[in-house]
Amino acid sequence: MSGSRIVVGIGNPDRGDDGVGRLVARRLAGAMPADVEVVEHDGEAASLLDLIGGVHAAYLIDACVSGAPSGTVRRIDVRTEELPGVQFGLSTHGFGLAEAMALGNALGQLPERCIIFAIEAGTVETGATLSPAVADAVETVAAAVREEVMQDA
Amino acid sequence: MARKTIKVDYLARVEGEGALKVVIRDGAVQSAELSIFEPPRFFEAFMRGRAFSEAPDITARICGICPVAYQMSSVHAMEAALGVTVDGPLRELRRLLYCGEWIESHTLHVYMLHAPDFLGYAGAIDMARDHGDVVRRGLDLKKAGNEIVNLLGGREIHPINVKVGGFYRTPTRRELAPLAERLKVARDIARDTVRFVSTFDFPDRERDYVCVALRHPDEYPFNEGHVVSNRGLDIPVADYDKHFEEVHVERSTALQSQHHGVGSYLVGPLSRYNLNFDRLTPLAQEAAREAGLGETCNNPYKSIIVRAIEVLYACDEALRIIDNYVEPDRPAVAIKPRAGVGHGATEAPRGLLYHRYRLEEDGTIAEARIVPPTSQNQPSIEEDLLTYVGGWLDLDDEALQHRCEQTVRNYDPCISCATHFLRLERIEETSE
Repeated sequence: MSGSRIVVGIGNPDRGDDGVGRLVARRLAGAMPADVEVVEHDGEAASLLDLIGGVHAAYLIDACVSGAPSGTVRRIDVRTEELPGVQFGLSTHGFGLAEAMALGNALGQLPERCIIFAIEAGTVETGATLSPAVADAVETVAAAVREEVMQDA
Repeated sequence: MARKTIKVDYLARVEGEGALKVVIRDGAVQSAELSIFEPPRFFEAFMRGRAFSEAPDITARICGICPVAYQMSSVHAMEAALGVTVDGPLRELRRLLYCGEWIESHTLHVYMLHAPDFLGYAGAIDMARDHGDVVRRGLDLKKAGNEIVNLLGGREIHPINVKVGGFYRTPTRRELAPLAERLKVARDIARDTVRFVSTFDFPDRERDYVCVALRHPDEYPFNEGHVVSNRGLDIPVADYDKHFEEVHVERSTALQSQHHGVGSYLVGPLSRYNLNFDRLTPLAQEAAREAGLGETCNNPYKSIIVRAIEVLYACDEALRIIDNYVEPDRPAVAIKPRAGVGHGATEAPRGLLYHRYRLEEDGTIAEARIVPPTSQNQPSIEEDLLTYVGGWLDLDDEALQHRCEQTVRNYDPCISCATHFLRLERIEETSE
């Protein structure tokens, strides 16, 4: 499926701000060019790597924890930048987005274009709702992803 | 008193961490404590007041690696409470779904989390640089499991197609056909995987474990059977609470299970294998013998071989189910809510997963109880550390820590997580 593109919203919707990536994906579903698939994912590294395996460009949205104020948005170009020392999402076995990127890199399996949008989480309690700053970031990030996707077309 | 602290927390996660404390006095291991955080507690409260039909989808979110196990234990417990039996093709499809989860979960552990221990790497990423072909083979095998869960579960992660009474939608024979082709290839990879892991260098450590697993008259256990042990226990699942109890341990947010009159016990691949070798397919038995295993195995470091054998079994069993599949007349058995108590136990990849629910007359959940495999294995993990680590005290801190982590990883514990979260505190004491 070379030439295709994918937007992946990563997270666990039952863990407060950890679900934000998926909310961004929902916001973008149906509003993307025809060659762009929009999916939600829990971030488990092996299946994530498989998901983005054959595509030309992947745009990945996940919550992260780095100590920055909640709602802070960071854009990382995985092909040109080192992954910063942030903690992504809450994928159950600690084998998540960062590991998928590192493993894909080691195996030479990353898409030609691979962009992460990381949103700093506030609360990740089970059953919690989004914290206000993170809820505000949903629209901003959705717009940023849309713009990036359009530019890359 | 000499006190040393070694920390491994290059991924300090917010959802909690496993901490390991080993106290060494006068050159001997005096105590070993594992503290873990365990999410299911929250879910038990979360489920009260919800409809019985919501349990499979809610509990599936407890674990991203074994959602099928949570769904299966919950639907079986609910069906027991509601007086419903699911059999024929629907029951077979549930076994097929479980095959998918075992393939996914075991393969992830064998290749990405456990193999690096034996091949001398810090993790799968380092291993991938030198052994790209091995890692690719693991990813390929795991994918076969993903495809089963995708097709039957509706989607790969947190499947949504399972309901109390059956499925929302069942597949056609035609839909299953390409899966069979894929599984034939996967079965060959699984066979190679057993051979591959059997060549590893295993620490020579064994204990006389009390093994607990399900046992079924004809099948290697997934969804159904009596709870049995190698000490003569043989009870229906509904009697689980009479024989097992969870106790609170102060250092941990997780509860630890005890088997009355016995103490610690072992659930998971080794226990299933030790109690059900005769229920494996001939191909899986042959692979086990070829790998040098007898009908029982009490070396937990060799659990990686047993997991590989269970993956082979799951591929074989999945092919049998697809081959014999007859499309059911309806995707689910009709359910009428009623008050009642139901128990369910199934074999999650990491071991026995027990659910108990009490329902109100309208089917609302009044009480939920979930006993995950890791809380059952936790005392056994600590005893392993206590028993095995003593022989490695001549190692430097880094090597000793690695041995401790490997010992915990033998269990593929469902904590966050076996790969990166361990914090080892080595306290050296000398009595004056």
